Amino acid sequence: MELLVASAIGVLTAGGVYLLTRMRTFPVILGISLLTYAVNVFLFASGRLTVGAPPILTDGVEVYADPLPQALVLTAIVISFGMTAVVVMIALGAYLGSDDDHVDDPDPAPDSGPDSAPDSASDDMLGEDRT
Amino acid sequence: MIHWIVAPVMLPAILAPFIVLAARYHLGIQRVFSVVGVVAMIVIAAGLAWQASDGTITIYRLGDWAAPFGIVLIADRLSTMMVLLTSVLALPVLLYAIGSGWDAKGRHFHALYQFQLMGIMGAFLTGDLFNLFVFFEVLLIASYGLMIHAGGNLRLRAGVQYVLFNLIGSTLFLFALGAIYAETGTLNMADLAQRVQLFGPEGNAGLRVAAVLLLMVFAIKAALVPLHFWLPSSYAEAPAPVAALFAIMTKVGAYSIIRVYTMSFPPDLEVTSGLHDMWLLPAALASLAIGMIGVLAAKRLDRLVAFGVIGSMGMVMISIALFTPEGIAAALYYMVHSTLAAGAMFLIVDLVRAGRPSLVLTAMPPVAGAALTAAMFFLGAIAMVGLPPLSGFLGKLQILDAAFTSPLVVWTWAAILISSLIAIVGFARAGSILFWKAQSIDPDPNTEPHAAPSALSYVAVGTLLALLVAHSVLAGPMTRYMAATSAQLFAPGPYIDTVLGTPGKMSPPTTDEEQ
Repeated sequence: MELLVASAIGVLTAGGVYLLTRMRTFPVILGISLLTYAVNVFLFASGRLTVGAPPILTDGVEVYADPLPQALVLTAIVISFGMTAVVVMIALGAYLGSDDDHVDDPDPAPDSGPDSAPDSASDDMLGEDRT
Repeated sequence: MIHWIVAPVMLPAILAPFIVLAARYHLGIQRVFSVVGVVAMIVIAAGLAWQASDGTITIYRLGDWAAPFGIVLIADRLSTMMVLLTSVLALPVLLYAIGSGWDAKGRHFHALYQFQLMGIMGAFLTGDLFNLFVFFEVLLIASYGLMIHAGGNLRLRAGVQYVLFNLIGSTLFLFALGAIYAETGTLNMADLAQRVQLFGPEGNAGLRVAAVLLLMVFAIKAALVPLHFWLPSSYAEAPAPVAALFAIMTKVGAYSIIRVYTMSFPPDLEVTSGLHDMWLLPAALASLAIGMIGVLAAKRLDRLVAFGVIGSMGMVMISIALFTPEGIAAALYYMVHSTLAAGAMFLIVDLVRAGRPSLVLTAMPPVAGAALTAAMFFLGAIAMVGLPPLSGFLGKLQILDAAFTSPLVVWTWAAILISSLIAIVGFARAGSILFWKAQSIDPDPNTEPHAAPSALSYVAVGTLLALLVAHSVLAGPMTRYMAATSAQLFAPGPYIDTVLGTPGKMSPPTTDEEQ
């Protein structure tokens, strides 16, 4: 079981890191999701792996599971779930606004173009109109 | 048990939902509650700092569970000082947001602002590593909202980068916490400090990895080269008051490094030996150099100040990486200075932005209210590059003095002195283009002149600059206090005794939890 859990964490992490190195928002968000899955399993395993053991005191039981990592994982799941929702919304807004889903800085060349937003001052006004 | 310690966390936690639920359509009421909340926070923080100033360490057990089973909040000299610094920075920044109308450009500015303060305060006060992670997430999720406040394409794109970078940081933080828990069986900082001492030279690879991962997470927060890439565009594109408040966020990373690596993983610990002098100090030197070269190379004023922040964080981290009592004391003095200076500079950038079509550093007609803005820019730039007579110079002197014990003393002196020169040239160039060359350009008669920034905006910036002057004038007492704070950090015995020795529910431990 140790081998299975460890390799699962490893594969998830490797896939997540690979996707993080892509330059577009969708693969990057997927990569972050994979990484958070990996870290959740990792946290869960940090309390040692036990099968069928209760986490709370029970009469006549010798082996217990560590309850603390379970609580930590619950917290981590809730937080990563919320964060993923936030980043999807912001990325969607950025994509719809600029018609481009690259995560790196925009190419500086279009700055000289006539129809691009040359600076944040005009950009502020755009924002005001929209809100 | 005194409940005041939890007040800096609870007050904004109650105020923010109230602002969202009860006052969401009334900007005036939101402003009143927000300002009153921050003023009350300053009073509470000052009280806590006063209480901790004689060296007492106060503990607050959440739910009355004894550490290490329960979560504790600790008020010692360092954490109360950081809480006070945050609240003192928050008031002028909030006044500026109101005076310049930034808070009206999108919804929920004040609620997010309060949540942001709640996260920062909690991160400074907590004594538990997992709780630190939770408060990091609170401050981050509020900062995501503030970062894209008022919208706009460029800001959203910068926001995506900022959020993604921080999500990766949070994941790394969880990996580090899992590894620490697997190795030691505790996440309480004081308990951890005792348990890592039991590790011998063998079989500590997992703990070493965890310590390095944790340092990386804090270095991302502190924008240490090569983990600084998120900072320039996020700070430059964020609304000015938000960027000014973010000046304290990099210091949260620096604070965490000081706290964890003086107490839980102290510098003389065998498990983490070499981490500070081999990795942290060179990275800090590189941050200083790259930040200040960025100041010289920046084509826009907001990027220039953002690179100035990276450089000044490098300066703080150089001093922290020495890990001597003198080094930490100098770092704390410089940290207060750098927070106030960076906050003031981001607000001044916005004063300039209000009167120009763009922040590109080319000569344009003078901005409205140019005389006063230029004077403030002059003061702020002096503070930022660390010229006499302001506190940046005094802090830099202390850091240079503390560096004598380091093997890299020549590199440190060279980096600090040369980067200061580069920063002076960068800021002088920006100032002369913005304010002097502008005088020779006639304003276009067809465009309407921009209105001068409101008086409240100037009052806010003036307050921050006045605090900087006070920090310089009171350098003697401040330095003595920082030295006392640093001495408390390097004698963690009373802290650990307070955390683990204070009785509460479940204490004394009935079962032996040692693994």
